Amino acid sequence: MPVTHKADDAGSGEVAVGRRVFLSILAVGAAGIVVGDRVQSFLSQRLGKGLGGLLPGGGGFRIYSITGAYPEVPAASYRLEVSGLIERPASFTLDDLMAMPATTMTKTFQCVTGWEVPDVTWRGVSLAHLLDVVGVKDGAVALSFGSYDGADTESLTLDQARRHDVLVAYEMLGAPVTTEHGGPVRLYVAPMFGYKSLKWLSAIRVVDAVEPGYWEQNGYPVNGWRDGSTGDTNSNPEIA
Amino acid sequence: MTTGATTTAPPALRLLRFDAVQRGAHWLSAALFATLVATAIPLYFGSLFGFVLPRHTVQMVHLYAGLALAVPVLVAALGPWGARLRRDVRRVNYWSRDERRWLATWGRAPLRAGKFNPGQKLNAVGLAAISIVLLVSGCMLQWFRFFAVTTRTGATFVHDLFAFVVVVVIVGHVALALAHPTAMRSMLRGWVPESWAAVHAPAWLDEERNADPGARRAQRGA
Repeated sequence: MPVTHKADDAGSGEVAVGRRVFLSILAVGAAGIVVGDRVQSFLSQRLGKGLGGLLPGGGGFRIYSITGAYPEVPAASYRLEVSGLIERPASFTLDDLMAMPATTMTKTFQCVTGWEVPDVTWRGVSLAHLLDVVGVKDGAVALSFGSYDGADTESLTLDQARRHDVLVAYEMLGAPVTTEHGGPVRLYVAPMFGYKSLKWLSAIRVVDAVEPGYWEQNGYPVNGWRDGSTGDTNSNPEIA
Repeated sequence: MTTGATTTAPPALRLLRFDAVQRGAHWLSAALFATLVATAIPLYFGSLFGFVLPRHTVQMVHLYAGLALAVPVLVAALGPWGARLRRDVRRVNYWSRDERRWLATWGRAPLRAGKFNPGQKLNAVGLAAISIVLLVSGCMLQWFRFFAVTTRTGATFVHDLFAFVVVVVIVGHVALALAHPTAMRSMLRGWVPESWAAVHAPAWLDEERNADPGARRAQRGA
């Protein structure tokens, strides 16, 4: 270890310990930023979701709300209104959605700001199936989503919406999606950052142009792929 | 003054420990730290447990308090008014052989303490370094677009972890201050009685007594 002697006082054995401690802490911080991603996955595997969720790096969800409130939508009165450029406008109840063929997938949930939760299992109807049920008309290009919170909106191109890993989800981690997590029904767009997975899904409009949603109007990319790319399409096998 | 017997001292027996610039920087930083912790708790735990809050407002208060944290100490240290603070930074940096031995033996080796003991030095250095790590990682969370996703995850991890550490350090700092009221009052009124220094900082008292008597009289007034 290099020893720094105070130039004018070397005789008394004074050493710049402070500087050494200071730089060591900065080095630990820098190393943590570089490898924290891997440390976090390791910790959440070892600690599990219960305890791990409370500790930094334990991999818990952070719950955001745009409006500062969570819309309480009883499962019995839930409706998903589908309208726009479609053959058969519809209003689906939760039972309607659950009667459709279900898709289950387990993926890492990744927020654009950096936190992530590994191995989250989702279950719901694939959006592609829902679009087949209502029949998309010629000229349709994109989908606009509305939320029961009255503020959040989202968009997907028709091609994105037809990916196999995009769900209208009603189960998360083996139980009905809770109110905080956007239940009873939310969007789950697996290949994109969390903000694309709109909570408290209330309406889908099939439209002829992409309408940037709430977060996109606040600066986030319209195409928020989890690998950081922002093109219309993405064939990265890592997120597919 | 109506303070207790141990804390009154005739002016001639007072020793200036922190001048007004140092005290101002300390209390401004303390107020910013308090703001940061007060806003961090709902931001961190609220998002884990799903409390409802005007997140954006709380986040902006946290952001600006964090950015402002660097200002008081830098302004205090970099101006012509910062001579005493700069001298104390040097004291905190340089450790004598006895002080290193004291640290290596977890405080068991005998030590004739200077103005700051090794624990106080570690506290000052640690808080400075941890604050910088928090400031940098916090900026990475705010301006995340410039960083790869794995780096954002790392910055989140470090920011959370160091925030826990800094709270522990500050709770310890406040607890020790409350346990040593004379030392704590020197951060309010500036001086300590020489009788206190004789017990807690004897090497510093020697240093001040050996200094030019005229210089000592000038320091007292601050």
